[in-house]
Parts: sequence; C-alpha cells; structure tokens
Amino acid sequence: MTAPADKPRLSREHLLDLLRQMIRIRRFEGKCAELYTQEKIRGFMHLYDGEEAIAVGVIPVLEQRDRIVATYREHGQALVRGVPMTKVMAEMFGKQEGCSRGRGGSMHLFDRNSNFHGGNAIVGGGLPLSIGLALAEKMRRTDVVTACFFGEGAVAEGEFHETMNLAALWELPVLFVCENNLYAMGTALVLSESETDIQQKAACYRVSAEAVDGMDVVAVEAAARRAVHAVRERCKPYFLECRTYRLRAHSMFDAQLYRDKAEVEVWRHKDPIDRFKNWLEASQMIHPQDLARIETEIDAEVAEAVAFAEAGTWEPVEQLTRFTYADRAAQTNR
Amino acid sequence: MQQAASKSETVEMTYREAVKQAIRDAIKHDERVFLMGEDVGRYGGCYAVTKGLLAEFGPDRVRDTPLSESGFTGAGIGAAMAGMRPIVELMTVNFSLLALDQILNTAATVRHMSGNQFGVPLVIRMATGAGRQLAAQHSHSLEGWYAHIPGIKVLAPATLEDARGMLWTALQDPDPVLIFENVMLYNMTGKIAADAGPVDIEKAAVRRAGRDITLITYGGSLWKTLQAATALAAENIEAEVIDLRSLRPLDDATIMASVAKTRRVVIIDEGWRSGSLAAEVATRIVEQAFWSLDGPISRVCSEEVPIPYPSHLENAAIPQAPKIIAAAKAALGRA
Amino acid sequence: MVEFRMPSLGPDMEAGTLVEWLVKPGDWVKRGDVVAVVDTQKGAIEVETYQAGQIEQILVSLESKVPVGTPLARIRIEGEAKEAAAAPPPVALPAPAAPVAAPHVAAKPAPPIVPAPGPAVGYQASPAARRLAQERCIDLSMVKGSGPGGTITYADVELLLGKPAAALPERKRAPSLDFNAMRTAIAAAMARSKREIPHYYLDHQVDVTPCELWLAEKNAARTPDNRLLFAALVIKSVALACHRFPAFNGFYRDNKFEPSQAVHIGVAIAIRGGGLTAPALHDADKLPLDELMTQMRDLVARTRAGRIRSSEMADPTITVSSLGERGVEALYGVIYPPQVAIIGVGKSVVRPWVVDGAIGPRSIVTLTISGDHRVSDGHGGALFLAEIGNLLQEPEKL
Repeated sequence: MTAPADKPRLSREHLLDLLRQMIRIRRFEGKCAELYTQEKIRGFMHLYDGEEAIAVGVIPVLEQRDRIVATYREHGQALVRGVPMTKVMAEMFGKQEGCSRGRGGSMHLFDRNSNFHGGNAIVGGGLPLSIGLALAEKMRRTDVVTACFFGEGAVAEGEFHETMNLAALWELPVLFVCENNLYAMGTALVLSESETDIQQKAACYRVSAEAVDGMDVVAVEAAARRAVHAVRERCKPYFLECRTYRLRAHSMFDAQLYRDKAEVEVWRHKDPIDRFKNWLEASQMIHPQDLARIETEIDAEVAEAVAFAEAGTWEPVEQLTRFTYADRAAQTNR
Repeated sequence: MQQAASKSETVEMTYREAVKQAIRDAIKHDERVFLMGEDVGRYGGCYAVTKGLLAEFGPDRVRDTPLSESGFTGAGIGAAMAGMRPIVELMTVNFSLLALDQILNTAATVRHMSGNQFGVPLVIRMATGAGRQLAAQHSHSLEGWYAHIPGIKVLAPATLEDARGMLWTALQDPDPVLIFENVMLYNMTGKIAADAGPVDIEKAAVRRAGRDITLITYGGSLWKTLQAATALAAENIEAEVIDLRSLRPLDDATIMASVAKTRRVVIIDEGWRSGSLAAEVATRIVEQAFWSLDGPISRVCSEEVPIPYPSHLENAAIPQAPKIIAAAKAALGRA
Repeated sequence: MVEFRMPSLGPDMEAGTLVEWLVKPGDWVKRGDVVAVVDTQKGAIEVETYQAGQIEQILVSLESKVPVGTPLARIRIEGEAKEAAAAPPPVALPAPAAPVAAPHVAAKPAPPIVPAPGPAVGYQASPAARRLAQERCIDLSMVKGSGPGGTITYADVELLLGKPAAALPERKRAPSLDFNAMRTAIAAAMARSKREIPHYYLDHQVDVTPCELWLAEKNAARTPDNRLLFAALVIKSVALACHRFPAFNGFYRDNKFEPSQAVHIGVAIAIRGGGLTAPALHDADKLPLDELMTQMRDLVARTRAGRIRSSEMADPTITVSSLGERGVEALYGVIYPPQVAIIGVGKSVVRPWVVDGAIGPRSIVTLTISGDHRVSDGHGGALFLAEIGNLLQEPEKL
C-alpha cells in the first residue's frame, strides 16, 4: 500500500470496485431468494439487502492474515472476503463441494483459507469466540486483527457484555462491527433496549467506540480504516456501530408484521447501492457501459455459481458421522 | 486410601497435587498452553489446585478471569481455534451451565459445521460431585449430561496416576476434552511413581479382578466401590471393579469382557438415576452382552432429589458403600 | 413462457393462500416486482417474480390454498413470439428445473449393534428361557437353541415340553408327541424333584362305597360318554380340601412357598406309547361336577393328541395321580416341582370293613400324599388326607 493505511483511497478504480462488490452481494442474495422459493435452498436463510456497504466498507481494509467472525447473515461478508461464490452457493445447496462440505448451510459458512471463522446461528455466539482468537494473536505477539460482525440484537445477550469487558480488560485486538439494522428479527430496538445508542454500551466498558452511517460505503470504509489501524497499532479493541437497515425481511419466512411498509420505503430511498451509484454518476466517475459491464460479469458469475451448485454432489450417507472428531474415517457408536 | 506403589521410585502426594503437577508440566513444556479461570491465579484456585502457579509462570500463562463463564469459555474456544492449547477452568460443573451454549453450540460443533476446516483443541477442567454439604446448587454431577454430546470427549480421573497423566494427553487431542475432578478426591493421598507421565484417555481400567460380579463406576464413586468390594470379599463374593476413566467414548470392550466373565452387573454413578450415564452403560450391556447376563443389571445412583444440606441427608442422597454392597448381594440373590 | 409458482418461503411452509393479485394479464413485470400477496401461517407475505416479461395468464384464483410449487401464473418472456396458449416452450432463463430432491435413498442405518452371543461357554439362554426351564425342570443342556449364535430362547424350551409355541405358527409341529423329548423332560424333572424336595409320605384308606353308589345312580340314565367317573370326585374333593389346607396348594420358588389363591389340579395322564404328563384343570374347586368331568375328558383327549397349551403345563398347583382300575392299591407319587404335594389314588378294592360295629364288604381306596417337608409336615398332611376322605363320604355335596 502506498497511501497511509488509514486514509481512504478515492481513485475511480477503487470506487468502481466498491460498487461492484455491493452489486455482487445484492445479485447473489437475489438469486438465493429465488432458489429458496424453488426449494433448492432449505432451512433458514437471512439476506443482506441494504447492508452491503458495511461488509464492503470494512472487509477489504483487513489484511489476509486477519480473522473474521460473523453471524448467520454472513453471505455478504463471505463473498467480500474472497470465499469463492461457487463454494458458497454449493454450501447453500448442501452439496459437498460447498465451503463447509455442505454440512453447515446458509448459517454456517466457514473458510480456513481466508480465516473466515463462520457463520454462527446463536445470536451473540461469535463474540466470545472473537476475543479468543484475538487473545491467541496477542499472546503470540502478532499484529493480527480479529473483526467480529454482529447485529444490535446481540447487545442484549450476556455474552456481549462479558465480551466487551474482557476485550477491554485484556486489551484484545478486536474490531467489533455492530450492524445496527434497528430490528432483532421482529423486535424493534426501541422496544428492547433501555439505551438505544449502541456505541455508548461499548464506551462504558472503556472500548473506543464510534457510530457511522452504514448506508454510506465511503463513510464506512473511512471509519474502518481508522478503526483497524487503531486496533493494530494499539492492540486494543475498537467498536464501530454501523447504522443501517434491512430492506428484506429477517428471513425468507417473515410477514414483517412488526414494521410499516412506509418505513421500509423511506429506507429504500437510502439504498446504499443506489445512493453510491447516483453519486458516482453525478461525479461522472462512472458511465453506463461500466455499469452494464459490471452487471453482466456478475450475472455470469452468479449463473456459473448456480450451475456449479446444481452439478454438485451429495455427500454419501455412509459418511454421516465423519467430522465429529478429528482423524476418524468412520465413526463407531461412540 | 492408598495407591499401589510402582517399582520405580515413588513419591507420596495428594490428588490435588497430582493435578497441579500436570498443569505445571503442560505449561512448562508446551508454550501453547495457558490456564484461564476464576481465581486460579491470585487466590490459588478454589480448591487450591493452582497455588503458586501464577508466581511461577506469570499472568500471561495463568490468567484470572472475571465471572464470565460464557465469555472466557468462548475465548478459550477461539484461542484453541487459533492454535493455542488453553486450559479453561470452570470452577465447578454447577457454574459450567452458564457456558453450556459455548460448549455445546460452538466447541462441540465447529469441526462438523465447518466441514473439518477448524477444530477446537481445548481442555476444560471442572470440579464435580457432592459430599461437602454445599447444598443443591453446588453439588451436581453432570458428567453424564456432557457425555451425551458428540464432538467432545469426557474424562473422569479417579486415581493419582490419572489425575497426573490425563491432562497432557487431553491437551494434545485435536478435539475438546472435558476433565471432571470429583471434589471429594482432592485431599486423597497416595503413592505415585516419581516419573509418572501421560496416560491414555480412551480405555477403562479393571481396578480389581473378580469372578462373581462386575461393578462399573467412575470418578468419586470408585473408592466407595473398592471399599464395597473388600467387604464383599469377606462374604466370599469376589467383585470385579471397572473404572470407566473415559465417559465419552466409553470402552465397550473392557466392559463386555468383564460381563461375559461374571454375568452380573451393578453400575455405580453419582449422577441422578433417571437418564443417567449408568442407564447408557446398562443399555450397551443389554445390546452387546445380553446372552451373558444371568440376572438384571442394577444401578446405584443419586436419589431423585436436589442434594440436601445436612450431612445425613446428603450421604443418603448419593451412592455409598453399604448401598453398593446391598445391590451386589441382591444381584447375586444373596439378600 | 415460464410458470410463476407458489414459492417456498420457509422450512415449514407447505402451502399458501392467494389473497391478492397485484398484476393482471397484459401487465409487464421485471425481476423483483411484487406480483401477489400470499397468506401463510405467519401472515400475509408479498411475493416477487424472478422472471421479467408479460403476464400471460392467471392460473389460480383468489382465496385458493395451494401447495408450494403450484403454478400460479404464466409469464411470456420478453422477446418471445405471441402464441396461442400452447405448451410452454423450452425456457431461456434457468427456469425452475424439477427440484433435485435430497437423495431419497433410504439412509443406511448404522450397522445394528448385533448382540454378541458371548464366549462359547456351555449354552447361552435368555432370561425368559431360563425361567421356564427352571419351572418345568428342563435341563438347558438338552435344549437346542435357535437364537443368535445358538442361544436358547423361550420358544426352544416350550418346544421341548412337547407343544407348539403359541405365538409362532412357523414353529407349529404336527400334533404328535416326541416321546424322547418328553422322557428327557420327565427324567430331568423327577431327578430334580428327588434332589431338592424332601418328600414325606402318608397313606389313608377311604371307604368309597357311598361314591360308587352315588355314581351308579347318577350314571344310570346317562350314555357312556356323559358318565361321571370316580376320578372327578377325587379331583373335586382334593380341590375343595385345598381351601382348608393351603400349605399343599401352591409353588415353592426362590427359597419360599407361594400359596396359590386359585386351585388348578394337575391331572396325571398316561399317554399310550410311554408318555406321562399332568396338565392343569383350572379352578377345579369352582367347577360343578359335570363341567369338571367334561373338562377332564377334553384334557385327556387333547393331551393324547399333543394339543396342550403351555399355560396348562405351567399352572397346576397340586397334582392328582391315579392309576385307575388297572393299577395298584397304593401309589406314592413324586412331586412335580415347583408344586409341593401330589395325591396318589389307588384302585378300589373290596375289603372287609367295620361299619356301625358290624363287618361287611366295602370298597376301599388307598389315598396317599407325598408332601414337601419344607412346606408342610405329617400332621398337616394327615389332616389334609382325612379331609379329602371326608368330602368323598358325601359325593352329592361335591
């Protein structure tokens, strides 16, 4: 990197890349929705529409050696981190070519190569995990940063508070990224928290904290650069609250009885992709053929991923009890 | 209670001391190992197991934690995933319930959910059992519950050799291992080889050979069972005593070989009777050695009651030698 | 042309009800447009189309509840030529292919845990088999096992007792008897009896003239197959006497005596060819004589034909053995464990007898009892025999 690590790069090339990554997530999620309605993807599936600016703003700032812990709404994070779209789609289908051998599904994407530590279906479950990863790195005196993504719903869990306290007390190199989309499944933040200013909760544990507009990818990236730099340099935790909104329902099977359509429309006008695209067009950073090219390439990539997943194979049932313990080809009734 | 002395030079020590030496060895010889838990450092350990270790190894390797069972157990899981070999000490199995989500939903599942990409080579040590009049919330024996979970291993060292030697082997294991130390054993003294080292963590042990009946047990109940066996011998009943040592996986081969020999079984388990580990062992015997049995399998377990405070009630609630003797005789039709 | 189908929106959604169409035939739609509202158990959910084109036809009307996957509308893809409603042409977009369901191969179950037959130490027998063998005095080493690894099952022991196992038709043998097996069983039972039961013996001579007179009168008007026999009177007398002397009616098991409320008389029946068995006549104390006689006849007939039920073999609480008119004056039986007594009935002999001070000819039968001295003793046995004798003096009351 030539520019100082904590300053955003606003070259046209970089900006187009930010746009591309967000569109890539959006299109992937849309295809997943379609496939889910056709019963190709089963179980629970949680889509990232509206929140793309966070993953795209934060993750490219991290280094290859850094670690990521995420939630069950983690397709965007996995894709931006570099988990191949083919393997993610195959995982959604449950095929053994998937990134978790098909064993995990939508909520449990893991990738060792990119230090992507999952996908976690327990709200708040990844928080203690992240401080453990950071603890190991600190003990080994590396400068590895662990980024932990979680929703604002997790701050109600005891594990959030235990984690904040331990992270600050032991000065652990964790970047906490709170994706505050105002709803924990169907419960609005205002109905579940006495203090709705999330960053305050971290601050009162003496964790450096700030809030940023999560619908603005440039703002998120700028904040992330400062935050990652701080974590790496000072070996202390940092808390970044990204204020965002979930444009789709919590999961596929959600009648959204808990929020007004009018509210959704208001936020739709703040769609991070549209906003960014409009700004790029207004700044003449992007031409229609750029957009067309990006969309065509992405559609091809998505189609290829679907084909890959369709062609994937089912793990033989005889192997059912594998991967419960290490080094066992077949399990007995142990 | 005495241990058999080995041929090489022996030293006398307590079970507590044996555990401490095991931890010392591990921290000394494997730089990935560190210990973390409540009051393990400055306080010296709730059961005085880790006294002096903080001074010897420093706060990086011996870490006092706040009262955050879920938080620091999860941290142990994360550190293990990132290549360390942490020993998480949960003060007792009673408080481990606060960390149950991390243990069951993360430690036990990560290898499977990630398709074998990530393992969790973590050791969790916990005190367990009743007998000190600590009443209902401090006296559980939940080893059986944990032994229910695929993805982890569960150990119950009952002897000095096992207290001394299981920890190292457990730390080298690529999967999570839970070690249960019965509170009544910490003060137990005995002789152990001066060069006692790592032991296996998969096999049951025949602690006493016999021909008339098999008594299967683990952990704190081992010594009561051996006591019962001595009393039974005076009445010409030779009992074979099996110490399970590993509760998950169970060593079926050793169990079935004994049952084939004696044809009668009593299982002694400090967990509550209903849905106990004893029930699992009994069912395995029915599945694999039914045709050898000469009578029904019986169990001596804790009574269906939260553990009471007064000592006479507490003693009546958990297995004791007289109950074991009575059960053995009843199983042989010798009332 | 493509089909817009009822989408699956959740793992537990099986069907949906169309409550609103937001488009009509002729409307143009693009990918992501909401086209309908579907009501589900979770509430009303807007559903979108993933295909762009023109709505050609609505297939499902409002308020219809249809399963997931049902075609709801047809959409003509942009660029397609307008056709009369034909079968849908091959689609350009990755249209929903037939869902590749997860393999329906029946998952191979984990190999069943096969009960190991155990080391070959003599014979292996199930607990139920052992119990039956013990009760019926069968030596297990004589039994051929049909269970896994040659283990002996309950049915195997039943087979040796000479009757088909009730619930296993494929085991049914022809109604003939295996005398060798029976002799083996008898040998085992009698040997065990003598080994374990300390027998004592008493005999008692009973004047049965009243019985003979009463029977003669009763049977005068009856055809031979309806006649009452003396044996019936004895069985009934013994059964009634058991009420007053319960120490002779029951089982000795597990080092203790279990008296039986019910009285099931074991009737010793000799079988042509050399067999002997003593099946139960159930509740003999409650049966009127005619009924008792009928049942006894039936029992004898079935026994000789090999059609006795296992309950009849296991149930006798005391046995009565009579050698009839061909027999000897007194017979001292061997108790069938786990019973505790056996009554022997000798043949009727005319002897000089003193009645009311005068000597006259009377029909005299010698009754014997072999008793289990662990449970009863001579005093009780004598009273028991005397009671039977007394009952036989008033046959009309039996």
